[in-house]
Amino acid sequence: MDPIVQVEGLRKVYGSTVAVDEVSFEVHDGEIFGMVGPNGAGKTTTIECLEGLRKPDAGYVRVLGVDPQRDGQILRLRTGMQLQQSNLQDRMRVWEALDLYASFYPKTADWRELMAQLGLEEKRDTAFSKLSGGQKQRLFIALALLPDPQLVFLDELTTGLDPQARHAIWDLVRDVKARGKTVLLTTHFMEEAERLCDRVAILDHGRIVALDTPEALIRNLGVEERIVFNLNGKLPEGFENALSGKIRIETQGDRVIIHANNGRKVPLVSEVVNLLTREEIPFRDLRTEQPTLEDVFLSLTGREMKE
Amino acid sequence: MKSLLKMTWMEAKLFLREPVSSFFTLVFPLMMLFIFGSIYGNNPPPGSNSQGAIEALIPAFTAMIIGMIGLMPVTITLAAYRENGILRRLRTTPVNPLVVMAAQVIVVFAMTSVGMLLLITAGKVVYHVRFAGNAFSLLGGFTLASLSFFGIGFILAGIMPTARTAQVVAMVLLYPMLILSGAAWPRELMPATVQNISTFLPLTYVVNLLSGLWIGEGWGEHLLDIAVLAGMLLLGIVVSVKTFRWE
Repeated sequence: MDPIVQVEGLRKVYGSTVAVDEVSFEVHDGEIFGMVGPNGAGKTTTIECLEGLRKPDAGYVRVLGVDPQRDGQILRLRTGMQLQQSNLQDRMRVWEALDLYASFYPKTADWRELMAQLGLEEKRDTAFSKLSGGQKQRLFIALALLPDPQLVFLDELTTGLDPQARHAIWDLVRDVKARGKTVLLTTHFMEEAERLCDRVAILDHGRIVALDTPEALIRNLGVEERIVFNLNGKLPEGFENALSGKIRIETQGDRVIIHANNGRKVPLVSEVVNLLTREEIPFRDLRTEQPTLEDVFLSLTGREMKE
Repeated sequence: MKSLLKMTWMEAKLFLREPVSSFFTLVFPLMMLFIFGSIYGNNPPPGSNSQGAIEALIPAFTAMIIGMIGLMPVTITLAAYRENGILRRLRTTPVNPLVVMAAQVIVVFAMTSVGMLLLITAGKVVYHVRFAGNAFSLLGGFTLASLSFFGIGFILAGIMPTARTAQVVAMVLLYPMLILSGAAWPRELMPATVQNISTFLPLTYVVNLLSGLWIGEGWGEHLLDIAVLAGMLLLGIVVSVKTFRWE
């Protein structure tokens, strides 16, 4: 089966700034594909080239098998798009927006059903300007799903939302996937990409620096995992040698941090807990710190992700 | 077609929900009519010809509505739709930009017509005004004048960089025009210099045309007015199509 989205050597320049350079990837049917990176990494430019809203300077782009520049109308009929910056009229009500947008397509999903599924039924008669950030985004998702599209673009869907609203939106995106639709999203939250996406492209300065499943990205980079706990007193001599593999122990007063490479045979945490129990060493507040995509980004670019 | 109908209906609702634009189109001209009516009744105003004051005011106030609608709601709505990303959202759908423009034109034209009908009805019922003209030629003149003024609004929305500047420029153009063109006060009562200045104001031609048609003059007697307004309409169409931007 042909990929839903095919991008090869995409390049877009604004004046003297290269926004996107040599970007290539494919999105497969039924997956949630994420582009993640800091602001200005080129995510939105890339997605807008795919949506047909921007004209690439170079490269090959096919979405649902068509060229977005030449056959934009086909894409507008068969994809759903949620944009980073867009609005509806302040005084337009939720049901009116759905009803109006439904009239643009020859065939649509039932907007009343969508309104219920996205939890907007109670807000049916509420004006757009009176909706919360999360409700506005849910309405935009509903509008994007109206044409019953094969592919949904979601650009910075949860930016500006509080954590609770963000988690609710994640569940909705998983629902979209469960309906058999392909999702292409951008985000600058590493956690969002990690929790939501089947595959992730990490962008930095307009280039893809890594592309894989979140698990593989974390595993392959050999980023460390950490066990942190507090002790009354000191660790006995030779504790380090009693643990398997290559580890490093760091102490900060009462706190002990054990670093180990990711991807061990025996999970580090069970080995440490077993050893502490066997040696009858009293410990408290033990927790593990798994590496995240955040760590992957840090090790790939040498920089922290900033909001 | 379905989308044009829905869009037009939606825009009509939004127009009426916007208190400022519905007040100035539908209520304010009526208020003016009653204020002037309570001062003069339908007697000829001092220094004017023999036409009753209210009879002279109805076409003039209709011109006022046309001027206000063309410059304020049309300009502000379009510029704000672009600035706020409303057009951007529409652009991701298969809807044709002409549908967006057409819905605007239909709605503001309908609102202007309602404004005029309210004036005529109030004039007939309260002041028993006489209408000596031909209804069809008045309607024709009204349509031409309205569309050519919407054209100004479309041009401003198209060429001004932000909604804010479009609004300011629209107001700067509108207020002198309302006062000097004879839409709010008969031109004959103004000094000659002011009358000369008013020949440069497009709204003056609307006032002349509608006032003439109201008292039964034919289109043939207003060729200059018609030429100016038709020219504006043409310019409006060309410029608004050329300058249309989604964002």
